[in-house]
Amino acid sequence: MFDKIISRDDFSGMLKDDMVIMVGGFLGCGTPETLIDIIIASAAKNLTLICNDTSFVDRGVGRLVASRQAAKVITSHIGTNPETGRQMVDGTLAVELVPQGTLVERVRCAGAGLGGVLTPTGVGTVVEEGKQKITVDGHEYLLELPLRADLAIISGSTVDKAGNVVYNATTRNFNPLMAMAAPVVVVEAKEVVEIGQIMPELVMTPSPLVTHIFKSEKR
Amino acid sequence: MIEDIELAKKIIAKRIAREFKNNQLVNLGIGLPTLVANYIPDGVNVILQSENGIIGMGPAPEPGKENPEITNAGSALVTVLPYGCYFDSAMSFALIRGKHVEYTVLGALEVDQEGSLASWIIPGKKVPGMGGAMDLVVGAKNVIISTLHTERGKPKILKKCRLPLTARHVVNMIVSELGVFRVTPGGLALIEINKDSSVDEIRANTEAEFIVSDHLKTMEI
Repeated sequence: MFDKIISRDDFSGMLKDDMVIMVGGFLGCGTPETLIDIIIASAAKNLTLICNDTSFVDRGVGRLVASRQAAKVITSHIGTNPETGRQMVDGTLAVELVPQGTLVERVRCAGAGLGGVLTPTGVGTVVEEGKQKITVDGHEYLLELPLRADLAIISGSTVDKAGNVVYNATTRNFNPLMAMAAPVVVVEAKEVVEIGQIMPELVMTPSPLVTHIFKSEKR
Repeated sequence: MIEDIELAKKIIAKRIAREFKNNQLVNLGIGLPTLVANYIPDGVNVILQSENGIIGMGPAPEPGKENPEITNAGSALVTVLPYGCYFDSAMSFALIRGKHVEYTVLGALEVDQEGSLASWIIPGKKVPGMGGAMDLVVGAKNVIISTLHTERGKPKILKKCRLPLTARHVVNMIVSELGVFRVTPGGLALIEINKDSSVDEIRANTEAEFIVSDHLKTMEI
């Protein structure tokens, strides 16, 4: 009925230079590490990465900065990965810093079919530069625009063969939001189970959002 | 001045810990603010949020009980209390911006008499990024800044922040090892003083203009 499980080669074949890729995870927690291995092996270059943070040089999305495959990163925090700062200063990596709550809403609103969100965050700071300000009921807001990607790679704890996803503990973070903001969504599943094994009430990402399932090779 | 930085941090953390009431939802930043959790008075239950997706965050796990899937916003391994729960980043920041968090406690590079805060960038030197700080100070009902009074002898509580802002006019209270200030519509007010300090010492180490409250109290720690 569903045929979503893919191999390393299948995933490798999806990768192209200049792609915009969303990567789930928060400082490496809840990141699809095997898919990142495959991106590094593919040598796809000039990537734009959208991620909460650039993690650490040897962990999560931080490894794609260290491998110099990214031309741009849109993120809220780079302080734990010295390589991001170094490449930014060199001029080899463009860094767009976005407040964390704004970043997640920009991803969410893209996936929810909205034209943007109004947030008070960033008013009166450099974040407001170049953005439209809108006053509602006497309060100033910034219009923040949707963020979409060509590909979202996310990490799921328990995934059934239809693509329903459950995330354990703090591995959830940006993953369910990114699953809505790209036409191709690959979940790296820690565990793949048969359909019917996940209680419908507990599903966190509904199956139609997930286009491909990859069984994690980690642990 | 208190020369022992660890002692100074402990004084600040202990004083802030006295601010909370039972069952309030609180977000503590990384670093000095995290120490506050160690000094919550007996009988007060504070519900801790971690912006990567926890309400009801508990202490570090016992050795052998670490779970790599339970981390805080600084990527440290933590635990979750029996009443706790997990959620995604959109829910987490909806809680923050939506005024559901009673207190946020954050550190500062600079803070000023108008309640503006600079904490995320030193242009050309250090660019860690703002993470969740801009949302926290705009959204939490009360913003407490925990800061050493000076850095390498230079005041951190200024007339006007010189570094790029985290947010404008959002700080409610500033706690240093020397005293406690409240940001009021009329300006900065010194409301508590460390018993080992003096108003003269605080004036000499503060760039901001401030009034001394008529009800100046000794800082309880």
